[in-house]
Amino acid sequence: MAKIVDARGRSCPEPVIMTKNAIDSNPNEAIKVVVNAYVAVENITRFAKSKGYKVNVEENGDEYTLDIRK
Amino acid sequence: MNDRRKMFIYGGIIGLIAAILMKYGNPGNMGICVACFYRDIAGALGLHRAPIVQYIRPEIIGFILGAFIIAVAKGDFKSRGGSSPLIRFFLGFFLVIGALVFLGCPLRMILRLANGDLNALTGLLGYLIGIFIGIQFLKKGYTLGSAGNQPKISGFIMPVVAIALLIFLIIKPDFIFFSEEGPGSMTAPVLLALILGMVVGAILQRSRICTAGAFRDMMLIRDSHFLWGIIGIFVVNLIANLVLNFESFNLGFVDQPVAHADHIWNILGMILTGICSVLLGGCPVRQTILAGEGDADAGITVLGIIIGAAFAHNFGLASSPKGVTSNGKIAVIIGIVVVLVIAISVVKERNCKLQKKESEIHG
Repeated sequence: MAKIVDARGRSCPEPVIMTKNAIDSNPNEAIKVVVNAYVAVENITRFAKSKGYKVNVEENGDEYTLDIRK
Repeated sequence: MNDRRKMFIYGGIIGLIAAILMKYGNPGNMGICVACFYRDIAGALGLHRAPIVQYIRPEIIGFILGAFIIAVAKGDFKSRGGSSPLIRFFLGFFLVIGALVFLGCPLRMILRLANGDLNALTGLLGYLIGIFIGIQFLKKGYTLGSAGNQPKISGFIMPVVAIALLIFLIIKPDFIFFSEEGPGSMTAPVLLALILGMVVGAILQRSRICTAGAFRDMMLIRDSHFLWGIIGIFVVNLIANLVLNFESFNLGFVDQPVAHADHIWNILGMILTGICSVLLGGCPVRQTILAGEGDADAGITVLGIIIGAAFAHNFGLASSPKGVTSNGKIAVIIGIVVVLVIAISVVKERNCKLQKKESEIHG
């Protein structure tokens, strides 16, 4: 199962740093990041794509789950 | 459209608006200055009694209302908060003291540079050092904790405060102070400043441009996305100044409007502002925008900035074109120590908890 990073409620740029740490610790494994601000979705997507990952965003009420994988 | 070009254009519009506001009456190289404008508002409300810097700046009202309206329209408005509010208040408090010793928020620093004021270059050096210091704490796990949902009414408080300020500005009750001379008396027409302020608020809300975020992301994750917004502000403001404000363009360190050439304290003041901006997750203008879109933590930060600005004048901390005051120097040093102590204790506490958790798992 994909590792889940919970970055809900974290202010900028913590969600990106948490994503970066998760990717760095296991670059080939898929991760899921849960956030609840669209700014975080934009920032994480931009970061993950720049590192060559595919990002799939799923909206769930107030929250967003980003599926990040190679 | 290309992402960078979009950011450049967004920033460029802000640079253009800043030049227009200066042309139509705002003080020199102060088309927009978030720290100075909050200082003027604090003065207008009588929170400090420095007679030359008292005015309810409609630009600030515009930033908040512009961000609020576009955030509601685009679904970004969300009442949230509760992430270490008191720490944020004091980070805002010291952020503005650093800015008022330098004489400008980071945005005005860019605008000063774009009109030839090279003291802004030393300020920028300090800001970059401050951001670099702040990043070291982020890397070690610094966090002010998660924000949660707040009652919906909480998100409306700052926009309502903005409207109350607008009413004070229009009906001018006796208890509101308006400068008759000095920077506080130099103002663009109210309607122009309000409308252009709203445009800036809307653009900053949509683009998420942040002066601290721009340099921070460059250093932290090598991402130049927001930096292109800052480059847009600088380049277009420079060109617009040469066209609209040519007589005021002055390349050098001396005789710059609302500025001083005390290099050490320009650097140290902006180091303090830079550290605070990173620890807060955004520079003063970004905090203002977030406060407009329902973020109560940013709202508290704005209140810290207003109170800090009032103290800066009550205690004689703010600089003037004559230079830095000795009280100002002491305040900057105290500020740097206080924010470092806050950051270090947050990181220490967090790492202790992580270690405990790990020993429980493996133990």
